[in-house]
Amino acid sequence: MLNDEDRIFTNLYGWEDFGLAAAKKRGDWDGTKAIIKKGREWIIEEMKASGLRGRGGAGFPTGMKWSFMPKESDGRPHYLVINADESEPGTCKDREIMRYDPHKLIEGALIAGFAMGAHAAYIYIRGEFYNEGSNLWKAVHEAYDAGLLGKNAAGSGWDFDVIVHRGAGAYICGEETALIESLEGKKGQPRNKPPFPAMAGLYSCPTTVNNVETIAVAPTILRRGAGWFAGLGLDEKNAGTKLFCISGHVEQPCNVEEEMGIPLKELIEKHCGGVRGGWENLKAVIPGGSSTPMLPKDVCDSIPMDFDNLREAGSGLGTAGVIVMDKSTDLIYAICRLSQFYMHESCGQCTPCREGTGWLWRVMRRMVAGNATVEEIDMLWDVTKEIEGHTICALGDAAAWPIQGLIRHFRDEMEVRIMEYRKAAA
Amino acid sequence: MKKPFDLNADYQPESFVFNKACKKKAGELIALYPPGRQQSAVMPLLDLAQRQVAEEGAKADPPYGGWIPRAAMDHIAEVLGMEKVKVYEVASFYSMYNMAPVGKYLVQLCTTTPCWLCGSDDIVKTCKKHLGIGMGETTKDGKFSLMEVECLGACVNAPMVQINDDYFEDLTSDTIKEVLDLLAEDMKPNIGSQRGRKGSMAMSGPTSLEDRAKKAGVA
Ligand SMILES: Cc1cc2nc3c(=O)[nH]c(=O)nc-3n(C[C@H](O)[C@H](O)[C@H](O)COP(=O)(O)O)c2cc1C
Ligand code: SF4
Ligand code: FES
Repeated sequence: MLNDEDRIFTNLYGWEDFGLAAAKKRGDWDGTKAIIKKGREWIIEEMKASGLRGRGGAGFPTGMKWSFMPKESDGRPHYLVINADESEPGTCKDREIMRYDPHKLIEGALIAGFAMGAHAAYIYIRGEFYNEGSNLWKAVHEAYDAGLLGKNAAGSGWDFDVIVHRGAGAYICGEETALIESLEGKKGQPRNKPPFPAMAGLYSCPTTVNNVETIAVAPTILRRGAGWFAGLGLDEKNAGTKLFCISGHVEQPCNVEEEMGIPLKELIEKHCGGVRGGWENLKAVIPGGSSTPMLPKDVCDSIPMDFDNLREAGSGLGTAGVIVMDKSTDLIYAICRLSQFYMHESCGQCTPCREGTGWLWRVMRRMVAGNATVEEIDMLWDVTKEIEGHTICALGDAAAWPIQGLIRHFRDEMEVRIMEYRKAAA
Repeated sequence: MKKPFDLNADYQPESFVFNKACKKKAGELIALYPPGRQQSAVMPLLDLAQRQVAEEGAKADPPYGGWIPRAAMDHIAEVLGMEKVKVYEVASFYSMYNMAPVGKYLVQLCTTTPCWLCGSDDIVKTCKKHLGIGMGETTKDGKFSLMEVECLGACVNAPMVQINDDYFEDLTSDTIKEVLDLLAEDMKPNIGSQRGRKGSMAMSGPTSLEDRAKKAGVA
């Protein structure tokens, strides 16, 4: 288990004030100027060495992503855009950072912005987080008043602005190019790539989009050193600490910061009081937010929670939104409800996603009742494969994977449902 | 789920302009974006319009909640120099812009899988029964509307609902009734967990950072 000394988010539960004075006591804004004075190259190399991978779901190495920004401006401004759209079912960690520890994010924005040659960061926060956005705005104003933002931010010689932009209810705006479209005042529909945002993002300028948690951990990593962060976790590719959100059928659902690679069972037993009714009552776990395929209990018994171990197990760490389901769960309905979610959130731009998500949901509804044929399970599988990888953005994949996870591990349950329906009908 | 919009419905008011305070606020919001990029302010301005309508609605008899009349979108188009249809497009794309009148308290019930696992069906049933309305409907006195929504990003505090700007979490059938009853009297129920926990720590107390918890007087 992670030691408290190694925890970054020491106000995760909001016991202390979120304002600047308390944040400084927690260690934020300590030596920010000195970090910036070490220069862009140093910061990027240190981030690379830390092994930090993006906390928004895809796990892309952060230092490398920052290095994609042009070294010199060609006259266009550079932008940092922070993804605070947090809408992947099962995920509720960025909310805690913004309402209880917003200065971590703001300091991170300055450092990351500097490292990529940006003079402004837009934080795109989901509209429903109204109170969280208000805290964030308050913290931003405090930072301006204290000279930590604005001209010569924190005495670094670098001018930097932070703007909070509220969304208005659209999961798809978490996809980075949809988010950029939305920031430009349009419908949030993903763009075709290339061009990638680092070449042409917000207002056609070089842009990097990062998740809230990714940016918020950066200052602590740079203060404590890449080696400290890289030393946590099972290997250098799966390093550091991570916020986990554990929901569903555990005795005590909670958010907690733990070491990357913590065994799932330990995570649940140490922090959540165990599975409702005991570990043996576990049926399946969705380990990384709604789009990651579920894992059956026997895999859960021993799986470490990191990017590569979960990928090898046929799933993913995603956002680390851990959804626990005990033996009483109708897994077919649990996934069907996710199909409804993806249908509702499809932006409608590409046919396989627009038509496919609706089709999946309608068939899944019949699967819940058992009003289907066994062959249709294969058809369902085939259609998810048709959608996967054939759409503009990864929402198509996200709609396909949960169903694939269900069929892979619980096909027998689907067949039984069909048999029961037939028996009842006969 | 969001209602489709009807530009010519009889509830559409003739006109809309930002009041003095909102006009000032609108100017500040537009200034957050680079010169020539004022279209970026369309979402903040739609939100502002919805809030102005809500403010007027709270004093009306019967009351109503925030929504976006066609005239408001036309006004915003003019302020930002956008085509009207572009503003309509944006407003109808996002689920938080109500395109038709709603009750003073818009109860948004999350029923996505994590909330469902923790009993959102009961919360839905209770709300419907207690208020005597179905999803997408408004009570006769104009006080409440019910709407089913997708994950609100508070799954660890499931089941939960959002009412106007606030989250009510860790709900049971009894506690959601209490919340609704207080709102019916225009009182302010405590927001956040209805089981008294702070944020998203484990219900029985912290499992990490115990020293800090002690110092803060939490454990
Ligand atoms: C449909 C969809 C929804 C997404 N939602 C979010 C989100 O809410 N928050 C987030 O940080 N990333 C989200 N992402 C991932 C982003 O596109 C992007 O990869 C991420 O913000 C990059 O930040 P990181 O490198 O720090 O992880 C989403 C991706 C897709 C395809
Ligand atoms: S995959 Fe779906 S959400 Fe993504 S661009 Fe295509 S239609 Fe839109
Ligand atoms: S599922 Fe209800 S808040 Fe996430």
